[in-house]
Amino acid sequence: MTALSALVRRDVRIALRVGGGALIGVLFFLTVVVLMPFAVGPDLALLSRLGPAILWLGALLASLLTLDRLFMADHEDGSLDLITMSRTPLELACAAKALAHWLAAGLPLIVATPVLGLLLNLDMVATGAVALTLLAGTPALTFTGMIGAALAVTLHRGGLLMAVLVLPLSIPVLIFGVAASQAAIIGPMSFGAPFSILCALSLVSLVIGPFAAAASLRHGLD
Amino acid sequence: MQLSGSGIKCVRGGREVFAGLDFAAASGEALAVVGRNGSGKTSLLRLIAGLLVPAGGTIALSGGDAELSLAEQCHYLGHRDALKPALSVAENLAFWADFLGGERFDGAKSLATVGLDHAAHLPAAFLSAGQRRRLSLARLLTIRRPVWLLDEPTTALDAAGLDMFCGLMREHLGRGGMIIAATHIPLGIESRELRIGGAV
Repeated sequence: MTALSALVRRDVRIALRVGGGALIGVLFFLTVVVLMPFAVGPDLALLSRLGPAILWLGALLASLLTLDRLFMADHEDGSLDLITMSRTPLELACAAKALAHWLAAGLPLIVATPVLGLLLNLDMVATGAVALTLLAGTPALTFTGMIGAALAVTLHRGGLLMAVLVLPLSIPVLIFGVAASQAAIIGPMSFGAPFSILCALSLVSLVIGPFAAAASLRHGLD
Repeated sequence: MQLSGSGIKCVRGGREVFAGLDFAAASGEALAVVGRNGSGKTSLLRLIAGLLVPAGGTIALSGGDAELSLAEQCHYLGHRDALKPALSVAENLAFWADFLGGERFDGAKSLATVGLDHAAHLPAAFLSAGQRRRLSLARLLTIRRPVWLLDEPTTALDAAGLDMFCGLMREHLGRGGMIIAATHIPLGIESRELRIGGAV
């Protein structure tokens, strides 16, 4: 337990320091969402209809942006060797790293959502719905993205491969995330059904992600 | 305690690096693995550490802690020193001490032993190559494990650093530990030679 909390604390600390990943993700999210009203034009009705989708896309791309370094940095400086050798099961270490990534790079996106909602002409209810769906859905993005990050280490290929591998896995999350937000804002569907599926996706990836990532890292030992 | 390997075969990238390698090391003994570049010295250390899977043969530790695997009783000091540039010297050491677990000694004292106590609050990014090596050595002192796997451990150390390191190795052997080091230059302590792949 000490080992896992030490790993989480270290990763969060590194992400929050200058040059860490946390700020990069939020800045990217900010950029995408701020530019969107300029691209779409001054149609407020259109903007608020597109709002949830824009926020979700921004969050998805922002989390992809920082995920590919999840294991690569540890692999390059030799930390991954020591983590593999340690008494902590590799699956738990992977889960701890993903949790740290979500805390440092995922949570700030959710915190930034209410501010960015203003730019997209979303009212309080709509912003709250999007933030809630992001809270339920971003763990799924992190934990499925982790599988791609582990494969990128195993196959010695960086960024692009990881994006190609992970994108199909994150499409269901995007669909149900946006569907749940839209249901809360305009109806007529119930909010419950897509939101439950979104939560289910997160829970499933929480279980499968660490095992798949650890298996990939073990397979790539060399 | 006895670490032994028999008939170890190592294949990397479809090429056979070495085969039929036998070795044995007992408590208080240092084994210097020598051989030319590419002969598989690092691969042997990584096989022992469980970071590579042998294509044949077995490696076993007898007389150690029965609850722990071989890798969990080894310290591996590789080319890459597993330090995070964004964290301070003390934070780097404290993380590995927390993460590796087991019997733990005072980190500040280890830093003083390797001569880094004055730099404890400096980010590791500002350390020189020799200082990074010293910080990695502090990890070996803070968490005690019986088997040290050292890959070119003396790289970047200055003369005083070498003396300090020899003292640490002797102390470790005196406590009943064992050392397996891949090296090109003499280790500086009494050691048995294990030659891989013919004459240098």
